[in-house]
Amino acid sequence: MAQVEIKGVEKVYPNGFKAIHGVDIDIAEGEFVVLVGPSGCGKSTLLRMVAGLERVTAGTIRIGERVVNDLEPAQRDIAMVFQNYALYPHMSVFNNMAYGLKIRGMSKAEIADRVQKAAEILELSSEQLTRRPNQLSGGQRQRVAMGRAIVREPSVFLFDEPLSNLDAKLRVQMRVEIKKLQERLGITSIYVTHDQVEAMTLGHRLMVLNEGNVEQLGTPIELYEKPASQFVAGFIGSPSMNFMDARIGAGGDTVELPGGVSLPLDGAGGREPGRAVVLGIRPEHLEATTGSDVASLRVDLVELLGADTLIHGHFGDDKADMTVRLQGTSTLRPGDLYPCAVDPAHLHLFDPDSGRRI
Amino acid sequence: MLKRVHFPPSVLPYLLVAPQVAITIVFFIWPASQALYQSLLLEDAFGLSTKFVWFENFTALFSDDQYLDAFKRTFVFSLSVAVVSMSAALLLAVMADRVIKGTTAYRTLLIWPYAVAPAVAGALWMFLFDPTLGIVAYVFDMLGYTSWNFRLNGNEAMVLVVLAAAWKQISYNFLFFLAGMQAIPKSLIEAAAIDGAGPGRRFWTIVFPLLSPTTFFLLVINMVYAFFETFGIIHAVTKGGPAKATEILVFKVYNDGFVGLDLGSSAAQSVILMAIVIGLTVIQFRYIERKVEY
Repeated sequence: MAQVEIKGVEKVYPNGFKAIHGVDIDIAEGEFVVLVGPSGCGKSTLLRMVAGLERVTAGTIRIGERVVNDLEPAQRDIAMVFQNYALYPHMSVFNNMAYGLKIRGMSKAEIADRVQKAAEILELSSEQLTRRPNQLSGGQRQRVAMGRAIVREPSVFLFDEPLSNLDAKLRVQMRVEIKKLQERLGITSIYVTHDQVEAMTLGHRLMVLNEGNVEQLGTPIELYEKPASQFVAGFIGSPSMNFMDARIGAGGDTVELPGGVSLPLDGAGGREPGRAVVLGIRPEHLEATTGSDVASLRVDLVELLGADTLIHGHFGDDKADMTVRLQGTSTLRPGDLYPCAVDPAHLHLFDPDSGRRI
Repeated sequence: MLKRVHFPPSVLPYLLVAPQVAITIVFFIWPASQALYQSLLLEDAFGLSTKFVWFENFTALFSDDQYLDAFKRTFVFSLSVAVVSMSAALLLAVMADRVIKGTTAYRTLLIWPYAVAPAVAGALWMFLFDPTLGIVAYVFDMLGYTSWNFRLNGNEAMVLVVLAAAWKQISYNFLFFLAGMQAIPKSLIEAAAIDGAGPGRRFWTIVFPLLSPTTFFLLVINMVYAFFETFGIIHAVTKGGPAKATEILVFKVYNDGFVGLDLGSSAAQSVILMAIVIGLTVIQFRYIERKVEY
């Protein structure tokens, strides 16, 4: 086990493309950090730099006490689970797991012991240990890939989108298993995914990356409740946050929507009246109300999901499509009016130019 | 299982395969059947009298020490050619796989020897190693190895033809090895690196085993090449000499048939060669399907 410290790390590819624009993070011992972002945001590159598969252009990466910038992957005491599992196709499952141990010159008895233990943790039968990877199902291969990482007892686990090749049901199941496993073993982990649900459920902390920049670093709840930018706000949460162009009201304590609707803001002042803003409201925060000072949403489409209902609609003349999430089933039909209100604490304001939170 | 698709009967498919069938008949089936027939005949050197002798030519061959020697020699020759040319090609492919700049130029250059005709390749190597004119022989001289003369020393002659034959085949093997290596997912190599394997170990425990289907395929192809297509090289360099030291089976077919004019025995030898190549092809088709899945 070890802490990982990434300081001012940048990556420029030989063709001049800058993939990472300076990342800083201290990962505590036993912490589970998820790097999340859309494809091409640099999250895999960052992970591969920690693994030693990509050179670091600038900055330092420290694992435990050592700066590992110039160390070979083998010397970094890490284990990695790849997206396509990268199991050695010509070796049995047992040998796949034992490969790294054999290279370290461990005794046969100890290798057998460790592989056996890992197999038990991952519920792989001894019959499965004799099989070749191509005789296993996707989920089993995934377990073997995890097993190969576990037997090494590394200081850091690296996961590169390990669940993206699995079907939806298996993905949820393996997600839970990874979470349990990490808690049980307490090994510092860095996990890369583009799936925000995976990120929210797995990570102690999340780092949202966008085009090589860190958008925000924080706990899942911080990211959900106080997104630092419009990008993070739109990325975290499902269905994603509603955005609309709005303006601060004359008193500085309301926000006015183009349709003439005005919503009260939280106490904090300092908002210049008339300033253009982007207003963000999460679908689950547009609550039904019977009060007088309400905005009415014209319903365009209703999606019944069973446990909850999604309503798509728009405010007055405003074209922006809004999504509302209601508990249980709803009797609303297209064309109906849905009167709703938002707790001022759940309004998010962003600068239209920089996208940062106001 | 593929489903069988039925089409209404028509002459068209037969017409379409006709040219292929005609070519096969004219250039393969007919000469082969002629060879088969001829191998059962005994003919005098002037072609004046011909006698049907059943399998006498074959029994004579298998009790002929010279023929059995040629068999062993051919085996040594083809195996050496295959091993030398495949090892060199594998080494070059490993290097080429790591080249970052000028990849295309490098690879293209490595493919050139394949375009050289065997006889020309033979002439090239003969001149290089010629004991009186050759630049390599000159270097040998300077290094104190003055007795080099492949025209007198059978082993040296064998080494020279093996080198010449192997050199020509390196390009072909190189292409296949390179393609084979590039088909291995990069993440496997990375996983091995993280598991702690150095470059050498990665090669022998991951890359080489995964290349085994390619290696096996090339082994068969190279054996067939050495058996049949090296005639030009041997003819240009040693003419089977000295004292038959480089006379492989194909060369003996030519020597006995067109120089010695023993047409019956020559035909019988080519029938045996035909059997060998059929055998090799069967092996190849039987086992080449056992591919490794990634």
